[in-house]
Amino acid sequence: MTPDTIDQIFVIAKHWLLSYTPAPLQPVVSAALSVAPILGVFPLLFAITTVLERKGLGRIQNRYGPNRVGPYGFSQPIADGIKSLTKEDIVPRTADQFVHFLAPLLLVMAAFLAYAVLPIGKNMVITNLNAGVLFFFAVGSMVELAVFMAGWSSRSKYSLLGAMRAVAQMISYEVPLVLASIVVIMASGSLSTVAIVNQQANYTSIWPHWFVFTPWGFVGFILFMIAATAESNRSPFDLPEGESEIIAGYYIEYSGFKFALFFLGEYLGMFATSGLAITLFLGGWSAPFSFLTWVPSYVWFFAKLLALICVFIWVRGTLPRLRMDQLMGLAWKFMLPMTLLNIVTAGVWHFMPAGFVRWLVCTALLAAPFALLSRGLTQGGKKLQLRTYRFAE
Amino acid sequence: MLGVGILKGLAETARNFLGSYVSKDRLTTIQFPEERAPRIEASRNFPFLVYDGTDPQEGLRCVSCFICEKECPPKCIFIEKSTDKKPDAVGKPQFYPARFNIDVSVCMSCQICVEVCPFDAIKMDTAFELSATDRFDALLMNKQQLAKSNEYYHEIHPTEAAAVDAELAAARAKTAAAKAPAPPAAGGAA
Repeated sequence: MTPDTIDQIFVIAKHWLLSYTPAPLQPVVSAALSVAPILGVFPLLFAITTVLERKGLGRIQNRYGPNRVGPYGFSQPIADGIKSLTKEDIVPRTADQFVHFLAPLLLVMAAFLAYAVLPIGKNMVITNLNAGVLFFFAVGSMVELAVFMAGWSSRSKYSLLGAMRAVAQMISYEVPLVLASIVVIMASGSLSTVAIVNQQANYTSIWPHWFVFTPWGFVGFILFMIAATAESNRSPFDLPEGESEIIAGYYIEYSGFKFALFFLGEYLGMFATSGLAITLFLGGWSAPFSFLTWVPSYVWFFAKLLALICVFIWVRGTLPRLRMDQLMGLAWKFMLPMTLLNIVTAGVWHFMPAGFVRWLVCTALLAAPFALLSRGLTQGGKKLQLRTYRFAE
Repeated sequence: MLGVGILKGLAETARNFLGSYVSKDRLTTIQFPEERAPRIEASRNFPFLVYDGTDPQEGLRCVSCFICEKECPPKCIFIEKSTDKKPDAVGKPQFYPARFNIDVSVCMSCQICVEVCPFDAIKMDTAFELSATDRFDALLMNKQQLAKSNEYYHEIHPTEAAAVDAELAAARAKTAAAKAPAPPAAGGAA
């Protein structure tokens, strides 16, 4: 088998299976064959991620992490799954039963829908929409609806508080998330995820044309990842959940498998936004060097995805939770101006002749405002003083 | 500059992450059922009844004075007094408990029973694996289960046990002296 066959093995297999299907059924079977692997692979990745996360966080805190179930504790997700399936499902008496039931389903569904436009390999995408990126963000904002449904229908003040926080946070960070990805749309001139990846899968000598290797691409990637962390409610932006303050936020009144569904939805959302970051900035399924193109494209996609997940875990193990005002301050006073400047820089980059000067100008255009903005956010210039308490001693 | 602190923090956690694979000293976790932490002398969990000698029931120091039962804040002690008397740890004839029950599920490990006991008969144990498969009878400890030897007491609380032993020895000597009708001179003549 040639490397090309191995690369396209899933596509070939699908067409082979379709050739045995009667013609009227073909559209349905084709869709099912495209969707089924997504429904299988990403929940499996979720299971692996939970154990990796617990072990990684453990090692960061100088302890072992789960090591009892199976070899090195890697069967832990199976035990967790059985536990959450067999637990009693408690619904509060005053809760809006229907909406309470619907919220976790909607969350998981919204998370899954986003995968429809992610190219996870060469020719491996469920639908190549013309407005793929737009579709992704549209579906992504459905998550907010599900979160608020969960918080509102529970009839608990803590749920509602968590949902309010979550919605405020997600809407605030949706703005920089979209603005950070606009630079890529400007550069590629397309909203289709497949076209964006195809543009990045070219090489100059051995180096790929990934958008992350430009000043605006790099800054856009960092800003996108920060916004993605906030979008997926992960530490240090996990205020809506805040285990130590509001216990579990909007899903405090959920138990059993519905609780597990919230976790699943949250992780799936994280994988999807990571997948979009890979698609937009890290060249999607393309290899990092031209001499590595013989490795199947889906291997590269999942390698990049796992690397980003590891970064998420690493950041979670490092940073403490932000305060609400710090969270909003970061979104509106830092992220928003930086993303807008990034768009301007991408425009400048487009109209300047290629060369060293273009690099210098664009880097300066981003570095100088960053230095100025960070002075406002950090203690820059201000002296730390003893804190005084008016009401507590 | 914004972000420098974050990078420093990330470096620190990366050092911890990699370091935990390289040096075993970093990992402070004790793998509990297989490994055990050394016993701490000052720890306490649940009371037990001390006995002297070899027979767990005959040697019990308890004289069923009911002080611990009355003082116990959650009322988890239940005592039934005997009808006859037997010599206690010091040698005086005393009542003894016919029944002595403590409910593990109710006890709050406050040590008040130990503080109030004038006979050094009840002490705190360090054993903590007291779980049972039955919610009712298995958690109600009776006299047989509660009786533990003075040697065991020495093992878990050496300093405290030595002080108690010295006190008891002095009391025993005093009782012996009071019992003996003749002055020591008579003994010398024999």
